[in-house]
Amino acid sequence: MRDIVLLGLNHKTAAVDVRECIAFTADETDRALVMLRDNPAIGESVLFSTCNRIELLMVVDAREPAVTIAKQFIAEFKKVPLSQFENALYQYVGDEAVRHTLQVAASLDSMVVGEPQILGQMKAAYRKATVERTSGVILNKLLHRTFMVAKKVRTETGIGDHAVSISYAAIELGKKIFGDLEGKRVMLIGAGEMAELAVEHLIRNRARSITVANRTFSRGVELANRFRGKAIKFEEIIDCINDVDIVISSTGATEYVLQKNQIKAAMKSRRNRSLFFIDIAVPRDIDPDINRINNAYVYDIDDLKGIVDENIEDRNREAVKAQRIIDEAVIGFRKWVDTLKVVPTIVSLRGKVEAMAKQELEKTLGTLNHLSKTDKRAIERMTGALVKKILHEPTDFLKRDGCRGHKSAALDLTRKLFNLEENH
Amino acid sequence: MESVFIIATILYLFSCACYFGFLFFQRSILQRSGVGLMAAGFALHTVSLVACGIRTGNFPVNNLHETLSVTGWAIAAVFLAFFFKYKLKILGIFAAPLITLTMIAAYQVPQPEAQDPQLLKSWWLAAHIITIFLGNAAFALAGGLGMLYLLQENAIKKKARGFFFSRLPSLDLLDTTGYACIVVGFSLITIGLITGVVYAKAIWGRFWSWDPKEVWSAITWLFYAALLHERLTVGWRGKRAAIMTIIGFGVLLFTFFGVNFLLQGHHGTFTAM
Repeated sequence: MRDIVLLGLNHKTAAVDVRECIAFTADETDRALVMLRDNPAIGESVLFSTCNRIELLMVVDAREPAVTIAKQFIAEFKKVPLSQFENALYQYVGDEAVRHTLQVAASLDSMVVGEPQILGQMKAAYRKATVERTSGVILNKLLHRTFMVAKKVRTETGIGDHAVSISYAAIELGKKIFGDLEGKRVMLIGAGEMAELAVEHLIRNRARSITVANRTFSRGVELANRFRGKAIKFEEIIDCINDVDIVISSTGATEYVLQKNQIKAAMKSRRNRSLFFIDIAVPRDIDPDINRINNAYVYDIDDLKGIVDENIEDRNREAVKAQRIIDEAVIGFRKWVDTLKVVPTIVSLRGKVEAMAKQELEKTLGTLNHLSKTDKRAIERMTGALVKKILHEPTDFLKRDGCRGHKSAALDLTRKLFNLEENH
Repeated sequence: MESVFIIATILYLFSCACYFGFLFFQRSILQRSGVGLMAAGFALHTVSLVACGIRTGNFPVNNLHETLSVTGWAIAAVFLAFFFKYKLKILGIFAAPLITLTMIAAYQVPQPEAQDPQLLKSWWLAAHIITIFLGNAAFALAGGLGMLYLLQENAIKKKARGFFFSRLPSLDLLDTTGYACIVVGFSLITIGLITGVVYAKAIWGRFWSWDPKEVWSAITWLFYAALLHERLTVGWRGKRAAIMTIIGFGVLLFTFFGVNFLLQGHHGTFTAM
């Protein structure tokens, strides 16, 4: 029986400098697949490489030599001495390899559990493998199952629910206040990576008109151009607050940029329309007491972090449910793999044909009562001989290594041709 | 027709159960079943009311049983209308139990014969009753939305996102829908009061008789008028508006039932037991 073997390293086992050295670019993946296909020790292969992981999924006849060859292959291909990354490599065989593949696809093994990109990346890697024809009957089945299971995990558990980054958490809150962010007007006070990211998310959610206020006006203009908004002077903030719905603040100021009484007055002139403050600055820019004004909501960085932490916990809880779905899938896949063994296939093939022959024989003899016992026995003998003759060639073909290298494909085809049950 | 009434009540009850299931498990199938059952109950309920009206020849508000039944019917009607307009799924968690309780209460109280059958035969009166009931139902829903608003607002302000945070819609949607309920309710109530006053002139010979029912109706009307006025002029929205709609609902309940039980007035028939 051929083994499914998975060789890989990820963010847990290897530091980023190691992962960088081993990562395969798209072109390299193509070339590597061709070389793997031509290597007689490796039957099927799929190579999957992202910035956080490299996984080489293989189907091999002899595990030990194949693993050594594969390791050597990576070292030579990437021109990195094996000793440099060998310790970071993990190796899974059989059910464990299947389980790991499913976990990766369902994003249980990701740095941020539940992040959705991994599945797309895996599909792309599999597509490459099908183009290069390095995946065969076993890996095709495994990956199709994997994608199905990953989708099931996503729909049946809350693993992908709720934001796990600060800027997304802010967007989610905004949606709970405003419903739809479309057409909402945003003011960015100051600058900073996280604040700018939040603005970008808001624009993606179709927020309209971005106003940028920066102590250095030229920097403000620069940012405003990037977001296709307008820049205002720092002193104009309070005048412009009437025309915005969401304020994102991230300045280096040591004192509050916006005070409670300023906003209290502003709320009157904005006729109490909701105002949402996202304060990313440390020390804080927005007076936290503003949160006590009706229809004004203030969330600072700690509040948002709190939400993110809670959401991560939720995801981890959901991951337990996902694990159960995966365990079921592993068992299902094992059943299918077991059908790809030679002896059980031959047994069930023979059983099926013999049963058909027996049934037809009984039917026919039942209507031919005028025949003598000898005649009946002759017909029985003939039927038996027929069954044997028919089964001889296929049995021989499956037993002999006639289908060299494609045995699992041949077994799979046999099962399909004769519609043999999976659990025999 | 009794059996139709009971079946309608049971459908409302199931709808109620679906909504509670929806609140806890967040499956949209439960919410869809909730609306479906509610609509089915509403259809049967309509049949039962029409049949009752034909049988007695009166608008079916001759005693407390009928009044409660029409109340439940009106809430269902307004809820279904608002549901299809605003797609506010979670409101059912307020409306369905309210309707169900009203129906069960209606079933519990006795059904005496009408005291003065002639009193309730006029098209003016039909218009008065229908608009008042639908208007009150809209105010009741506004009160429910106010409660949901306060729950959600509290969750966001306290930054402790508990059970309701993920289950309730955005503040903006709750506020807008609540406002729409008030506008609709206020328009209907205004028409209802005008037709009522006209009918009073026709039957008692004067527009206004300082009856407690009339006084409290005027108070209710003024209350909601003030609420709308403040919203339009200084932008009373959000938490304050939500609290006011809840208080308004209390005033309304008193005008509707309290006056009849505690103060006596010329609408006594209406809640005869």
